[in-house]
Amino acid sequence: MIALENVVKSYPNGVGAINGISLHIKRGEFVFVVGDSGSGKSTLIKLLLKELEPTEGRIRVNGVNLSRMKKRMIPKYRRKIGCVFQDFRLLKDRNVYENVAFAQRVIVTPTKEIKKNVPDMLSLVGLAEKYKSYPRQLSGGEQQRVALARALVNSPDILLADEPTGNLDPKTSREIMKLLEEINARGTTVLVVTHDQDIVNTLKKRVIRMQKGIIVGDERESGYIG
Amino acid sequence: MFSLASTATMAACIFMFGIFFCIVENFQHFVREVEEGVAITVLFEQGTSEEEIQEIGDRISLRDEVRQVVFVSAKVAWESYKDIYFKEAPELADGFVEDNPLANSANLEIYMNDVATQQDLVDYISSMEHVRKINRSDVVADMLTGFNRLVSYVSVAIIGLLLAVSVFLISNTIAIGISVRKEEIAIMRLIGAKNSFIKAPFLIEGAVIGVVGAAIPLAILYYLYNRMILYIAMKFGILTNVLNFIQVNELFRTLVPVGLALGVGIGFFGSIFTAQRHLKV
Repeated sequence: MIALENVVKSYPNGVGAINGISLHIKRGEFVFVVGDSGSGKSTLIKLLLKELEPTEGRIRVNGVNLSRMKKRMIPKYRRKIGCVFQDFRLLKDRNVYENVAFAQRVIVTPTKEIKKNVPDMLSLVGLAEKYKSYPRQLSGGEQQRVALARALVNSPDILLADEPTGNLDPKTSREIMKLLEEINARGTTVLVVTHDQDIVNTLKKRVIRMQKGIIVGDERESGYIG
Repeated sequence: MFSLASTATMAACIFMFGIFFCIVENFQHFVREVEEGVAITVLFEQGTSEEEIQEIGDRISLRDEVRQVVFVSAKVAWESYKDIYFKEAPELADGFVEDNPLANSANLEIYMNDVATQQDLVDYISSMEHVRKINRSDVVADMLTGFNRLVSYVSVAIIGLLLAVSVFLISNTIAIGISVRKEEIAIMRLIGAKNSFIKAPFLIEGAVIGVVGAAIPLAILYYLYNRMILYIAMKFGILTNVLNFIQVNELFRTLVPVGLALGVGIGFFGSIFTAQRHLKV
């Protein structure tokens, strides 16, 4: 599903964010990517979203070589990848329903389908009753659930989560992780970038450890000692 | 808020354009009227028959720059002369009843579409057989041509300047709009919105600013122009004999589509360029 071969990413100022990594993630896997700040975790997410181009190496997602992808094909590619971030990135002037529906409108889904899909997705994340609320009226955990619903409403093959529990308390973090597990159980490949030791240690999933832009560990069902 | 300011500035620009358009169109209308009265008089050699003169007139009238050719026979020329110079003592002219002193003055009066082409026409007529002399008004022709050219240059310069200002303002508004909605645009990109989907609202915004910014000043100008013509007709009746203004409906038949097209065009293309520059995948 995701394959990186000798990927290097250096910024124009010469700083190397990723210094040659190779990695394979199978369809339906749940993977944690852990590491300190500056280890290259977020750069990895940006490369997978094709927000950044690798300086060297090859990235293949769903069998497609990202380096060879034409610019006009990028939107279509991103529709198959859901993503959530630490800061939720919700539209503050729209309510919960509109935030989720927005993802469907962007890909020009018929209104009839939007009216069916959005409530379904809000039920999945446990926010069906709060569909009229605005982000400012929601807790951090609820906002992250909305972001998850938005990321999943277009049925992506892969879900990328960049520090999804970074702004949440431990209890809410566990709820969000439980939700991610459920999503994974439905067949979506999930890649979570985090440095939350508790979460990683509790879930017992594959853990890829990064340090200074290289992979220093890749273990199945391992814990995380920061 | 920014859209409002932009619409107001666009309205001011189109208003200025409209005023200028009215002045230029009316001026050119006056010039055309004066031009229509300017004619070349062609005189012929002794012994040229009236049939020959009329035949030459027919040939001249085939030329593009010629609007009208009037044949003035010797008899008509004398009658006209007599009316002017023997007005006080018509009996003195009676002595010439049998002997027309202007027997060789049968001529052609040629009216042109554009006085600027006078020299070409004079050159052509000079080369024709039987032509003795050509009387023309170089001063009037040169003055009108020069004035016309000056007005055209000034109008192009001012309109160009106004267009540049409008494009700059629209571009600024759209750029501000893009920066205000930066977060929304970033989310759209992550979700997989196509470039056209992201740009569309800004292009529509630009076009709407253009339409509204053009419609308001056009309506105001329509009202003001109408009032001005009526006011001049009432207060300065004598002027209306000299300056014949274009009727409001006739003028706005051109100004409305031009003004609207200009507004929409500036709005649309101003936003396309800005969106192109600021919105890259």
